[in-house]
Amino acid sequence: MSGLAGIDPIAVAAALIVASTPILLAAIGELVAERAGVLNLGVEGMMILGAVVGFAAAVATGDVWLGLLAAAAGGAALAALFALLVLGLLANQVATGLALTMFGLGLSALIGQGYIGVRPPPAGRLDLPGLTDLPVAGRLLFAHDVLVYAGLALVAGVWAFLRYTRAGLILRAVGESHDAAHALGFGVRRVRAAAVVFGGACAGLGGAHLSLVRVPQWTEGMTAGAGWIALALVVFASWRPWRVLLGAWLFGGIAVLQLNLQAAGVKIPVEYLAMSPYVVTIVVLVIISADRTRAALNAPAALGRPFHAAG
Amino acid sequence: MTTTTRLLAGAVLALALAAPAAAEPAKVGYIYVGPIGDFGWSHEHNIGRLAVEEHFGDKVETTYVESVPEGADAERVMTQMALAGADIIFATSFGYMDPINNVAARFPNVKFEHATGYKREHPNVALYNARFYEGRAVIGHIAGKMTRTNVVGYIASYPIPEVVMGINAAFLHARKANPDVQFKVVWAYTWFDPALEADAANALIEQGADVIMQHTDSTAAMAIAEQKGIYAFGQASDMKAFGPTAQLTAIIDNWGPYYVERVGAVIDGSWESTDVWQGMKEGLVVMSPFSDRIPADVRAEAEAMVAAISDGSYHPFTGPINRQDGSPWLAAGEVADDGTLLGMNFYIEGIEGAIPN
Repeated sequence: MSGLAGIDPIAVAAALIVASTPILLAAIGELVAERAGVLNLGVEGMMILGAVVGFAAAVATGDVWLGLLAAAAGGAALAALFALLVLGLLANQVATGLALTMFGLGLSALIGQGYIGVRPPPAGRLDLPGLTDLPVAGRLLFAHDVLVYAGLALVAGVWAFLRYTRAGLILRAVGESHDAAHALGFGVRRVRAAAVVFGGACAGLGGAHLSLVRVPQWTEGMTAGAGWIALALVVFASWRPWRVLLGAWLFGGIAVLQLNLQAAGVKIPVEYLAMSPYVVTIVVLVIISADRTRAALNAPAALGRPFHAAG
Repeated sequence: MTTTTRLLAGAVLALALAAPAAAEPAKVGYIYVGPIGDFGWSHEHNIGRLAVEEHFGDKVETTYVESVPEGADAERVMTQMALAGADIIFATSFGYMDPINNVAARFPNVKFEHATGYKREHPNVALYNARFYEGRAVIGHIAGKMTRTNVVGYIASYPIPEVVMGINAAFLHARKANPDVQFKVVWAYTWFDPALEADAANALIEQGADVIMQHTDSTAAMAIAEQKGIYAFGQASDMKAFGPTAQLTAIIDNWGPYYVERVGAVIDGSWESTDVWQGMKEGLVVMSPFSDRIPADVRAEAEAMVAAISDGSYHPFTGPINRQDGSPWLAAGEVADDGTLLGMNFYIEGIEGAIPN
């Protein structure tokens, strides 16, 4: 079935969902860390470490699931290092995050030495007999790899966790005012460490999606800035889970859409197509931040501030 | 301080100033646009750097910085290298053009070499380039013969003459081999972004392409071609490991001999600002072994083309060739001059779509 100018809208929509998954996973993890008040600029480093560790584990074991598990563990381990430095030793969050990115890029290149040109085991698709064969919804909704669904489930899970659970309330309290949370007897550092490690695991999964599903190979520096987009996405989403999903689809999706429009030879100047993700991002940012006070209220009040329990 | 010691100190200083080259190894710096592990463009430049180390041993000291963005960062990195005492700096991407000339103005004693550019504003800047279009002509021919859908997908990076020239060379020879062939071009606006390159390959396959060519640096498109069971060509480097069945051949950039020659010129003091454009003849552009999946007759044609380009009897841009709008560019038998090629900003007849500005 062929839509506008020979583009199959369902194929594009399906590609859009796949392309936005790495940044979605990384961004939802970073959102949790930031809602707990920790700004971790090391997303890129955690993603790429997840990409290489997941790849290596999948190749070594021949099992994509173990690869994904290892990717999450790798990202979480790097995040734990960050937590130790920032929460334990009270290092500067911005500088430590940047260092983490560089460390992750270098370490991943080192680990990846032996995995260049190796092909990973095929990633499992969620093939549901019957559902996958449905005419439109089949390809759009039921023919993706597991990480696509994991990403969606995580968004829903994080949203519900922050909104409805007591633990989520505590996490938000820690992010809004660590002194108050501390005074109430909550373990500020423990909560933050857990949030940071969760963020690292998500970023690692996002990286593994790149190396195991989207590109299927290991290449040095293959995240190519996806971690930074994920960071921007959290701000774009004003720290709301569903908006992260929207932003990931907008950004990842338009990037894919414009490639498809180009391939189909649609007569729109390529310059406009190539800049469209950025233009749309700016427009949405303007709309979201139109109400100044509300936008400012959304940022966790204690974001990036070090916590030192006095007394 | 006595007179004697002052004299001695002066003598030592004079000696140190007079003969730095003899005492110290030549310092050679490289900046790469991607990681050396891209297994494409930057990877091959780094192999060239290693060839320099191997050839000169402890007479040289090489350093490199990878993944340097084109622009202000490149200027900073090169300044840093010059301050650290580099004798010669190779900047290996088109977008380093203005930065290299800016830095060269400030360090007149340091030699600068820019790959694939065209600006030489100072006597200490040299240019070097490879006639990649020769390799693109060969893969164009093979693509024209191998495609079943008559659609060839082309992942382009930036709309610069280098890339446009490659599309034209490939298309020209694909059309000669197969009058029904069509090219679909996607501009990625990046040299290195595996995920985006993979998405571009998928979009092209979705549009019917069964042969993919790329002018971006990662091996992602090759991996997708392998996965989807179609054909692709390696870019800059042999990418067979990433597409054992998909890769038909690869255009390999063999920079080593040039780097050895230029660093040697720095060491013996004979370096001059030159502007060279080498190809198959000089061994700078090399085709990797042709895949067994190419039928024997097509392989023979491709090999004949390589031989003819190498001995100078065939120029890939030989007329008659018209521009996209149908106006004549080269008359029958006329050969394109280097100036036009290096500034190429138009498609030839038959290519659909427009070059972005």
